[in-house]
Amino acid sequence: MAKVLVKGNEAIAQAAINAGCQCYFGYPITPQSEIGEYMGKHLPKLGRTFITAESELASINMVIGAGTTGTKAMTSSSSCGIALMQEAFSAMCCAEVPGVIVSVMRGGPGLGNIAPAQADYFQALKGGGNGDYKLIVLSPSTVQEAIDLTYKAFHLALTYRNPVMLLADGILGQMMEPAEFGEYPYKDPDVSEWALSGANNRPARNIVSLHMPEGAMEELTNRIFEKYALVAKNETMYEDYMLKDAKLVLTAFGSVGRVAKAAVNRARKMGMKVGLFRPITLFPFPDKALHQVAQNADMILDLELNKGQMLLDVRSAVFGACPVEFYGRTAGGLLTPDMIMAKIEELYKKLDNTEESKAGVR
Amino acid sequence: METLVYKRPESLLKDGHFTFCPGCGHGVILRIIAELIDEFNLQKDTIAISSVGCSIFLEKFFNLDVAGASHGRSPCVATGIKRCKPDKFVFTYQGDGDAATIGFNETIHTACRGEHITTIMINNTNFGMTGGQASATTLVGQVTTTTPMGRKPELTGYPLHAAEIVSKCDGTAFAARVAITDTKHIRQAKEAIKKAFEMQIKGLGYSFVEVLAACPTNWHMTPVESVEHISNVIETVHTLGVFKDITAKENL
Repeated sequence: MAKVLVKGNEAIAQAAINAGCQCYFGYPITPQSEIGEYMGKHLPKLGRTFITAESELASINMVIGAGTTGTKAMTSSSSCGIALMQEAFSAMCCAEVPGVIVSVMRGGPGLGNIAPAQADYFQALKGGGNGDYKLIVLSPSTVQEAIDLTYKAFHLALTYRNPVMLLADGILGQMMEPAEFGEYPYKDPDVSEWALSGANNRPARNIVSLHMPEGAMEELTNRIFEKYALVAKNETMYEDYMLKDAKLVLTAFGSVGRVAKAAVNRARKMGMKVGLFRPITLFPFPDKALHQVAQNADMILDLELNKGQMLLDVRSAVFGACPVEFYGRTAGGLLTPDMIMAKIEELYKKLDNTEESKAGVR
Repeated sequence: METLVYKRPESLLKDGHFTFCPGCGHGVILRIIAELIDEFNLQKDTIAISSVGCSIFLEKFFNLDVAGASHGRSPCVATGIKRCKPDKFVFTYQGDGDAATIGFNETIHTACRGEHITTIMINNTNFGMTGGQASATTLVGQVTTTTPMGRKPELTGYPLHAAEIVSKCDGTAFAARVAITDTKHIRQAKEAIKKAFEMQIKGLGYSFVEVLAACPTNWHMTPVESVEHISNVIETVHTLGVFKDITAKENL
């Protein structure tokens, strides 16, 4: 299949269709409304379901309904809309209901603005919903990766019976670039063992999130966390770029990852040993790999379009192996390669640039 | 010659026991639903959606597939299920706190979309499970734990009449309010729920039956007093009737 010029939001929508998404339930919000519009145009023609729900709360609960039948379903929203869905994410994780959520982040907090941002990392990764639960969170940095990770999102949701979030931002949602769709590459698991279909020639079954008997909820949560450990073992993804001899390692996710890569290329041309570590799965976070990288680096510079959110996971993974600096902008402020270069030059001067430095003795 | 006068519906679990307070209306309504699902031979094709409140433990009573929903969201869960499995029989079982208070927006929009699902809403005019707080359907003057001096309209407004409002939605095929205060009313309630189920089976639209039910524990009344309270007081505010039946002309 040839490459096509496609907008991020529409690429995600088409990838979902290719992945076999049977239902889209959504509520419009900038900067991701094109996803709903694309679905509204194409799903009915395919005999599939499209509903503009009364709210984001309704949308995600419709996804739950579809998910309990083992059907591939999706919703999409942005920041303040995703905030309304948090109750349902928690319920889905508890009841083990699959579903795909696309979050195209805008500026916040509050209604914020409609400019790109990455300030919903905590929202995606650190809850908002109640209780111990985790979304699987995938973070694309290009339109091509948005397509590939949309495919993966549907597969992981069914494989692990857990909601999966594609965490994009307004830059990726609104930009156009060439990308190739290809075929949906996964073979999905059989859902007939657990999905609701009516108690026909089998005992009645239920998918619920209330477990009152003493100990039942803890036992269930422990089992679900064993599942999360399996997800971490099997599904962790990251990109490493020019890390082999890097003294200064940039960490960035999503759109910022590609800006950081441009900065790495420039720094290398100037003779500075700079590399990039870009988590692709934010949960599971590639903490072991990042710790290894930190052990061989002199410093990490975390770059985000927020006030320092992934920073907490970076520090936790680095665990003191090297200093961690942060540089970011928020609520629509963007990082350019020039800005990142200025920061790199400032920090690089402070490093031990003798042959005895960690990178030097390697 | 032996005549079978009582049979436990197949749609109720053999070892399931209702866990409701003495005099509570839920058991009667669940029994009616189970009987009707048997009569329509839908047991193998039904997905029930439980809600939050005393209506939550459906999987402990019904021998049916059950999906649980968060507070007020069961019409959305039902919508998702029905759109994926249009050949299945899908109903929500909700209280007034769920369907008429926190989830009334969802109720109304599900009705307006004309989803081919059925909602049975148990109205006991309070939040039963949490201990009897005022809900949207609480009567003016009614004493609850959050209206200890009685519901005052100047402070908390007036009771919401769910079945009447739902009946005004174009996607609604059937909307009624029934009671289960005596054998006659139980039979009428069963007829109404049967009609509601038929609407879904025939694919005619959304169907909604509100059932006035006693909550003796939170009303601080005996079961008998509670039933009399429904007949003498609640029915004067939440009046019984069929507010919409799009098949009514056919039946004449």
